[in-house]
Amino acid sequence: MDLGSQLLQYSFAGLTLGSIYALVALAFVTTFSITGILNLAMGEFLTFGALLAVSLLGAGLPLPLACAVAVCLVALLGGLMERVAVRPVLGAPPLVPVMVTIGLAVSLRGVALLAWGTDTYTLPAFSAGESLRVGGAALALQSLWVLGFLVLVLVGLFVFFDYTLTGKAVRACMINRTAAELLGVRPERMSFCSFVASGALGAAAGILITPITLATYDLGFMLGLKGFIGAVVGGLTSVPGAVAGGLLLGLLEAFGAGLVASGMKDVVAMLVLLAVLLVRPTGIFGLGRGREA
Amino acid sequence: MRRGEILALIGPNGAGKTTIFNLLTGLLVPDRGFIRLEGRLLNGLPPYEIAGLGVARTFQNLQLFPSMTVLENVLVGLHLELSVGFWRGLVSRNGRALPEADKRARSLLLRLGLEGVADRPVGELPPGQQRLVEMARAMVSGPRLLLLDEPTAGLDAGETRGLTSFLKELRASGQVAVVLVEHHMETVMEVADRVVALHFGRVIAEGPPDQVQRDPAVVEAYLGA
Amino acid sequence: MKSVLALPAGPWRWALAVAAVLAAPLVITSGYLLGIAIVIGIHTPVVLGLILLMNYAGQVSLGQAAFYGLGAYTAGILTATYKWPPLVALAAAVLVPGAVAAVVGRPLLRLREQYLALATLGLGILVFIGFNEAKVLTGGPSGLLGIPYFSLGPLVFDRDVKFFHLVWLINVGLFWLAGNLVRSPAGRALRAIHDSEVAAQAVGIDTGWWKWQVLIFSALLAGLAGGLYAFYVCFVSPSPFGLVASIQFVLMAVLGGGSVWGALWGAAAVTVLVEVLRAVVPLIHRGAGGEFEIIGLGVLLVALLLWRHTGGREPLQALRRYCGRPWRLLPGAARGNPGPDRAQRGR
Repeated sequence: MDLGSQLLQYSFAGLTLGSIYALVALAFVTTFSITGILNLAMGEFLTFGALLAVSLLGAGLPLPLACAVAVCLVALLGGLMERVAVRPVLGAPPLVPVMVTIGLAVSLRGVALLAWGTDTYTLPAFSAGESLRVGGAALALQSLWVLGFLVLVLVGLFVFFDYTLTGKAVRACMINRTAAELLGVRPERMSFCSFVASGALGAAAGILITPITLATYDLGFMLGLKGFIGAVVGGLTSVPGAVAGGLLLGLLEAFGAGLVASGMKDVVAMLVLLAVLLVRPTGIFGLGRGREA
Repeated sequence: MRRGEILALIGPNGAGKTTIFNLLTGLLVPDRGFIRLEGRLLNGLPPYEIAGLGVARTFQNLQLFPSMTVLENVLVGLHLELSVGFWRGLVSRNGRALPEADKRARSLLLRLGLEGVADRPVGELPPGQQRLVEMARAMVSGPRLLLLDEPTAGLDAGETRGLTSFLKELRASGQVAVVLVEHHMETVMEVADRVVALHFGRVIAEGPPDQVQRDPAVVEAYLGA
Repeated sequence: MKSVLALPAGPWRWALAVAAVLAAPLVITSGYLLGIAIVIGIHTPVVLGLILLMNYAGQVSLGQAAFYGLGAYTAGILTATYKWPPLVALAAAVLVPGAVAAVVGRPLLRLREQYLALATLGLGILVFIGFNEAKVLTGGPSGLLGIPYFSLGPLVFDRDVKFFHLVWLINVGLFWLAGNLVRSPAGRALRAIHDSEVAAQAVGIDTGWWKWQVLIFSALLAGLAGGLYAFYVCFVSPSPFGLVASIQFVLMAVLGGGSVWGALWGAAAVTVLVEVLRAVVPLIHRGAGGEFEIIGLGVLLVALLLWRHTGGREPLQALRRYCGRPWRLLPGAARGNPGPDRAQRGR
């Protein structure tokens, strides 16, 4: 493959993975801007989404149904998480909810390990067929599904935020919770819904990527972390920022791994995290205060 | 300002009084202009350095140290004199001059009527006494400039009288310049040498208390436009 | 806890502690228990550093295992590969993580709480990846073999009893240092920073510098622990130094509570708990292994935090409410119920 095709190949890989990061980043931004909490158990939504879909498929359900049910179950898990473990500690010093989510992440990971062991699982690609050949590089059909889903979500969010009353209420809540409350918006409901939505998004992301990268019990951990980094790059409070951050990270990783060394994948992500936190913790696109005076 | 002078900052909420305190103590950096303490330029210095030059303050929303007793809170005010640093602190238990510091802190608490609660956790005290503790903490190091942010908030009549006489003593000693942010007009009238009135970030009147009180711009600002 | 340790004050207390350490192996006759006691002793310095960082300086680190691992690898590599004398290698094991903390710490500590937690998380993962990838130096995932026993001149610490003494005498020394710090004006300064950074600055405390020193000190302690680990197990691999380990240390610090002595109790409690889980779980669920350990860890951390920050009764009350009427879980159903969010509004 000549260099041009190689670069194109990396771009495809980067955009695919980046879309997953973008979806996860969106989920983070959703919960963070409404509740002010960083849900570090997000990665587990991906894991459970993927593995539940696998099990449901194995139990005989057709693929679309298995995926849909898995997404719903994980969305419920998100809601449960919010009610039981996150809301009680909303008043505590800011670190406590974060540590609670870490504890939850660890527990859920253990449960996944218990239920599914250390094996790898896979889902069939959503549409059978050869990868497309574009400019000398291969673009898997599953990648198109991933990108397509991201576009769908973005369009949906755009319509939701700009054209529906509930969407505007959510936006109000994201910008200024107290003011929104005074105007009749109810933050507890928003908070609950944001966790449910992030669960659904996470599960979908996990399901989408499984045909490409396979699923294990710790699938979600690194993906969640990198999605989170994408959100940090974007500023944690901005939807376009999150998407841009996720995609950017995916591309950086793909090029880093392709051009330097494959072990570099995770290193790239961590370096980006540290770089952003040290240089501009408010993110490249976002607003918000991450640093002291 | 001169040593031994008491200046009062008055103005409706949001006029910028606490902002001035934040500028003076280094929590905010001025965009324009200069802040000088006895000839020394303070612009851009970090807050702990400005504190080291003799500027002490209290906070509108009370920033005490709840994990410590009243006495310990005041002793922290003497940090710069007492501390031997982190690494020496690992091998030596006491800072130099601790017994003397203890005495100074206790005598200050005595003057403020707090000697009975010196060893109680500061969180147990009523808000009025807590304000006095914060004042003690600010004053124990003998600062040159003392910034008091609403010192009478939460004090009853008796405590307010105690505070006023204490401030008069401070003035008489001629050691320290005091800036008060205050809403309680009687205190301002009784204690201030000069008054500066702020409204929306601008100075609308300045001068001796009775003159400012009668100033039409001030009256309008307070009664609302 | 205070009652046990509020013994005769002054130097007698320390003499008693030293004597207790020296005598303990006579009492702990089981090799297994002695081994556990050593492991607790190795964990304790890490937790001590973390408690100072969290409860005295008010900062959190989710990457303490990185410093621990750096210490272990430094000691291991210097003795196994470069044949340095163990004592010097141990000193290096202490200083290397300290140097890293010195370099990285200053900028890192300017971040606000949640962001600092994340930065330390990222750092921990980065270092962990480093251990795995730098195969030439560290032996990669398969680890580094051939670390000799620790020795001080003619004295070789090749038996558990001797190592027990080594580890615990060191711990006594560390607690002496920490005790001094806490009771000195420096300790007050740290508590001030923890309670209100703004007020601490207002009295002249350079909060950034102090937090930095605590971080460095915690890294030194973790490095020491890592070095001791290397000399105990005589083998280092990346797995004990990952994220789960960092979380375990945080759990130990949270469990141990706010005082310096809490490091001991926290380290002991969690280490023992993990051992118990390891022993008991395979009896209940054959074939199960580390999963329950992990689940237990996570659940315990969550439960502990919930308990501590909602006054103790809330989770049980909430549980009772939900179990009786599961539809109450839905939002809006809690109307007319003074739920927890109402009490905690306006943080």
